Amino acid sequence: MRHVLSVLVENEPGVLSRVAGLFSGRGFNIDTLNVGPTLEKGVSLMTISTHGDEQIIEQIIKQLRKLITVIKVVDLSDTKAGEREMVLIKVHASENSRAEILRIVDIFRCKVVDVSTDELTLEVTGDQGKINAIVNMLQRFGIKEFARTGTVAMKRSMQF
Amino acid sequence: MELTGAQILLESLKQEGVKHIFGFPGGAVIDIYDELPKSSIQHFLVRHEQGAVHAADGYARSTGKVGGCLVTSGPGATNTVTGIATAYMDSIPVVIFTGQVPTALIGNDAFQEVDIVGITRPCTKHNYLIKDVRELAHSIKEAFYIASTGRPGPVLVDLPKDVMQARTEFEYPKTISLRSYNPNYTPNRKQVKKAANLLAKAERPLIYSGGGVISSEAGEILTRLARRFSLPVTSTMMGLGAFPGNDPLWLGMLGMHGTYAANMAVNNADVLLSVGARFDDRVTGKVNTFAPRAKIIHIDIDPTSIRKNVNVHIPIVSDCLNALKTLDEEMGEINAVQWEEKHSQWVKTVKGWCQEQPLRYETGQSGKVKPQYVMEKIYELTKGEAIITTEVGQNQMWAAQFYKYHKPRTWISSGGLGTMGYGFPAAIGAQVANPGKLVIDVAGDGSIQMNIQEMATAVCYNLPVKIIILNNSYLGMVRQWQELFYNKNYCAPCLDTAPDFVKLAEAYGAEGYLVEKTEDVVPVLNKVFASPRTCIVDIRVEPEENVYPMVPAGASLTEMLLV
Repeated sequence: MRHVLSVLVENEPGVLSRVAGLFSGRGFNIDTLNVGPTLEKGVSLMTISTHGDEQIIEQIIKQLRKLITVIKVVDLSDTKAGEREMVLIKVHASENSRAEILRIVDIFRCKVVDVSTDELTLEVTGDQGKINAIVNMLQRFGIKEFARTGTVAMKRSMQF
Repeated sequence: MELTGAQILLESLKQEGVKHIFGFPGGAVIDIYDELPKSSIQHFLVRHEQGAVHAADGYARSTGKVGGCLVTSGPGATNTVTGIATAYMDSIPVVIFTGQVPTALIGNDAFQEVDIVGITRPCTKHNYLIKDVRELAHSIKEAFYIASTGRPGPVLVDLPKDVMQARTEFEYPKTISLRSYNPNYTPNRKQVKKAANLLAKAERPLIYSGGGVISSEAGEILTRLARRFSLPVTSTMMGLGAFPGNDPLWLGMLGMHGTYAANMAVNNADVLLSVGARFDDRVTGKVNTFAPRAKIIHIDIDPTSIRKNVNVHIPIVSDCLNALKTLDEEMGEINAVQWEEKHSQWVKTVKGWCQEQPLRYETGQSGKVKPQYVMEKIYELTKGEAIITTEVGQNQMWAAQFYKYHKPRTWISSGGLGTMGYGFPAAIGAQVANPGKLVIDVAGDGSIQMNIQEMATAVCYNLPVKIIILNNSYLGMVRQWQELFYNKNYCAPCLDTAPDFVKLAEAYGAEGYLVEKTEDVVPVLNKVFASPRTCIVDIRVEPEENVYPMVPAGASLTEMLLV
């Protein structure tokens, strides 16, 4: 099953390597990984999406907590969480297809961030399902470049 | 007062109570060696950096204190890796100081530069590259704290040369707290209560103890608990010595080369109390047939050990000492139970297994010395009072089986990593820490050659370590596997060009003895144990002797090959 882990770490040299090395050394999977600073100086937040059975996920969480530079690990799959990912997609846009692509942009509420005579670059934000859907829609026009940030996620304030 | 980095390092070591370190100098650490003579710390010059880490490790295992070592950058640092991984697998507190090229050169492929922090990240509990002399004292404090607390382990501190030369005000931190590292020492009382109730209901309870009992100094309470509630005890190889090997409740080691009784007891137990052990594959055999009838209580200070290999019914995350104390209290409150009577049938059954299939060996007609006989005699002559270190392979298994360990920290062996060449430098470390004690390295003719250069260290510091080579002219355990599972295809295990170990001992300035007849074993051992010098005893043993019982890799514990 897919799990999204929120991992608070000390922002010091080698911390990414410790986390990545743990996953590779123990044969765990990283599907996406996002790292950025937090509001607290010296602390970074990693959002890791991974998959595995219950026992594997338990081990991943425990092993992460065992790293000295890891401050806190939360499995967001245990809670209601908002999940987002941003993708930049450069798609081939001929005169014939441009209008249709722009309609898709409209439907998916994404933005055009760059344009040229035969290309459009789109910025798409959403959860995994939405990203996959738009990729499916755009594939037939020819996707030339594709860059995604990996999931970031946050527990919702109200848990039902 | 302002001190240099090198002075801060040595002063910090002193503050940590370090009296001895094992090391080897080089360009990147020469500033430290420049200060060393002024310090109270005694330095032991090894002949290879791997030996330094094993010696620090043997020092730590035999005392419970943190072992320390100091080596230079580049090859000095990479040579420590096997030693570090050995300590990591067996959870031994060691702090390794490596030299590093000056900070300005890091990343430039400078002479003797290597990213040792990167290399050792997966085999240390934690490691540091010190980039600023102002961080030094604090990081050393952290290193010792992390190495010795929670589940212990090796910590490496990488010291660039310019940091050792730079100056700063020195103040050693008195205490330390890390927000991301707070090992849990006390058990959850409710969980312990549940465990006590489960044990009270058990009809066929069994204690399976491991190295955690040794490192948390819980041997005494384990022994008390087992005797008070009449619980038979088996242990992993790492746990030998925590429970007296001559106690009637002792079944011997379990697992691949465990006793028949121990493996049968695991197979039939209805409650298994696992203390400070981690269900390693050499212990469990085929994991889904391990302890098939048992509910499992698992006490371990490291949460990752729990449910890593087997599912457990009552997990208790705690230091073994506190958990067993609490368990003893909780079980003491269950007063309706006459424990000895309740478990008498079960104890009788397991003792029956002990008698039915004791550890034994064929005395044979060949006239060759039996390695098991040598171990029995070492036990008799030392009355179990020696510190035994081992190399890895058949010698290690015979030493585990045929010598009875009565006290914690008298059995020192590379369990998890299985490092050949470990035993001799570890014996040097143990001898440094225990000057008056008899320290014996049980070796094979293969593994002793992996760190034989440390003879010079032992002789140089008058360390009267006794090396007993069970010489079968084979890499015996490899040969045994080839005989049993590879159709006797003896590819590579033959060591017929071994050196003359007697001459080799003499060349290093030690004593050497050759034993070829069974009747010479005791007189020579007597002589050697009384000698104040480093000794090698080359005992020519039965070449094709096997270690039994044996559970083939991946088989269930009950599928034992017996003598």
